[in-house]
Amino acid sequence: MRFALSEDQVLLQDSLNRALADLVPLERLRRLADDDGPGEVSAIWTGLAELGLPGLMVPEDQGGLGLGMLEAALASEALGKTAAAAPFLGSAVLAPLALKLAGTEDQRRRWLPKLATGAVTAGVAISEPVAGARDGAGVTARDGRLTGKALFALNALGADLLLVGDTSGGLHLAQVAEAAEPMLSIDVTRRLTALTFKDTPAEPLSAPGTLDRLRDAAWIILAADTLGAAQTMLDRAVAYAKERKQFGRTIGSFQAVKHLCAEMAAELEPARALVWYAAYAFDHAPDEAPLIAAHAKAHTSEIGRFIARTATEVHGGIGITDLLGLHYWFKRIGQNRQLLGGPEKGREIAARLQGLAA
Amino acid sequence: MDLTLTPELAAFRDEVSRFLAAHKGEFAEGAPKDAKAWQRLLIDNGYAARSIPQAYGGYGAEPDGLKARIIAEAFIEAGAPRGMTGQGISMLVPTLLEVGTEEQKTRWIPPTLRGEIIWCQGYSEPGAGSDLANLQTKAVEDGEDFVINGSKIWTSTAAQAQMMFCLVRTEPTKPKHEGISYVLLPMDTPGIDVRPLKTMTGQAEFNEVFFTDVRVPQANVVGGRGRGWQVANTTLKHERGMLGDPNATEARLKQLIDLMTSETVDGQRIIDNPVFRDRLMQLQARVLSMKFNGLRTMTDDTAGLARLVVKLQGCELNHQIAALAIDALGELGILYEDGPHLRAKGRWQWNYMFDLGLIIGGGTAQIQKNIIAERGLGLPREPKTVEA
Repeated sequence: MRFALSEDQVLLQDSLNRALADLVPLERLRRLADDDGPGEVSAIWTGLAELGLPGLMVPEDQGGLGLGMLEAALASEALGKTAAAAPFLGSAVLAPLALKLAGTEDQRRRWLPKLATGAVTAGVAISEPVAGARDGAGVTARDGRLTGKALFALNALGADLLLVGDTSGGLHLAQVAEAAEPMLSIDVTRRLTALTFKDTPAEPLSAPGTLDRLRDAAWIILAADTLGAAQTMLDRAVAYAKERKQFGRTIGSFQAVKHLCAEMAAELEPARALVWYAAYAFDHAPDEAPLIAAHAKAHTSEIGRFIARTATEVHGGIGITDLLGLHYWFKRIGQNRQLLGGPEKGREIAARLQGLAA
Repeated sequence: MDLTLTPELAAFRDEVSRFLAAHKGEFAEGAPKDAKAWQRLLIDNGYAARSIPQAYGGYGAEPDGLKARIIAEAFIEAGAPRGMTGQGISMLVPTLLEVGTEEQKTRWIPPTLRGEIIWCQGYSEPGAGSDLANLQTKAVEDGEDFVINGSKIWTSTAAQAQMMFCLVRTEPTKPKHEGISYVLLPMDTPGIDVRPLKTMTGQAEFNEVFFTDVRVPQANVVGGRGRGWQVANTTLKHERGMLGDPNATEARLKQLIDLMTSETVDGQRIIDNPVFRDRLMQLQARVLSMKFNGLRTMTDDTAGLARLVVKLQGCELNHQIAALAIDALGELGILYEDGPHLRAKGRWQWNYMFDLGLIIGGGTAQIQKNIIAERGLGLPREPKTVEA
């Protein structure tokens, strides 16, 4: 028994952290808000493709690394750490997973090798069937054609391939939508899109239970992203508390400040074990995975919110300005919390999975 | 990460379950009918004192985190009582194993494990709580002996205990951390006066202990004269592990789930109330986090910070579980002591009050936060004010 990362996993983590530190400096995050945002995203993705990240979960015989959910969660944590703008969740996790679980041989051959190199990116529109429909959104499928609106689509802007969930839980592959409108959200590092379909041709991806599996995967990846983002906020708060002086002392020597840092660490560290286990269970204990994934998403959302605000507070006034850029992580954590169902949703599913709710 | 059960471990799990099924007549409502007999049975079968060497009365198995976890889960599943805990088994025994002499180990560990010697801990004093190293109880050398004067407080089980492990000041002229020794003291020594300390629960879970010219052989010092502070820190480490034990928290959560799925208000089960259900799920996520955090601390070298947070988080979580149980019981939740509508013998209210004491005891939550911040995150210590 070993509840710890393997040597290879630690190596992967280290090399990603190093590469991302170079690829995603703060100036780059600032440019994302400008017009050349999409250019920056593809530059980061190209950089990550050199490490094989787009093909992380693609089987080796399709040109990928053939790694599992724990490695994907570690990668997501690293991306969250730097608030990296990258189509990871859609292109590197959900699309390959959907193709693996429900794709035909032909569909896999057509898409997986291109996804693996990063030449093709995939958007994912599953918000309505997973989190519930807002403002009358929802896509219906008939005779290989999709009609309706999908909000909060992930990584969909400029994507070559769209994975779409319909209102009855079916999944489809489309190559283009009738219209794609950006949805401005708090987090400029990961843009959301409203997709409109109107008799749009799509291929069905049919395997029962695939949507639930994708939901679990997305929840784990978002939880891991929050873990990484929260770690950065804590690290920066601690570093600032060691350096900033008031009343002739470093503020980190005041218990009022020190205890805030300790509370953040005390919340974050056990959540890491929860996320690791959720990812491990996804591949190795599928019976437990849905429950732990739901809890991981809900719980990291709660502790993430606490850490995001507390770490900002430790910085004092400068924390809320644009100068330090802390807000990129604050907003990233805020977006992860709401995406694909907030913590109440996760807990309701967790209760249902144990027979504690109807 | 590898948590799969090998065939050997799966067989081990079945073996534990079979054992508990075969002996289910020997416990009821989570308590053994004969505590000492149950303890002996558990040690003989490797379900208590499992990794303590046979030479010292243990079962002598190699330490194995997964087997320990399998045992814990099987006992929770069966509602079976674990082996004896208490300060002798949980704190003194590991300390003796680490720093005791061979003679001290063979003399004290076996009867302690069998529950024949109950120990109490003489650490805190009225003027030495969070600042434990400020303790003033004096031990003055007199021939082969020390003569002890002073007092201790927060001494649980002092009235039942035959022995105390105790911190005393043997070198009054040395800096405060260097003048302390750790001694083993029979409680029937003349000059020891135990007075119960009644708490908010209505019971006296603690005592005050007064020493007047109490004589103890110098040979009863553990870990060397003047080394008591280091030895005590060994013990405190074990206490903090015990106070935040995730297995106990998990068992507590299971009782809460049972309560919420069986109790009804106006014919509706508590669990069917979405507000209570959501609160339960929030706590379950925390319990799972601490469970996996616990597994990690056993096998991951990078888990230093994960270890430091166990006492703080575990004790707070136990308290919150009791609080939700009381809320779920509604007006029934305020009943206490006895009466026809009382649930679980009033244990949830008792836990709620007693667990607040555990948040404070064994290093307060605030001291824990200092430790996490200073040792875990490398934040600077509070500047010392110069005073006596």
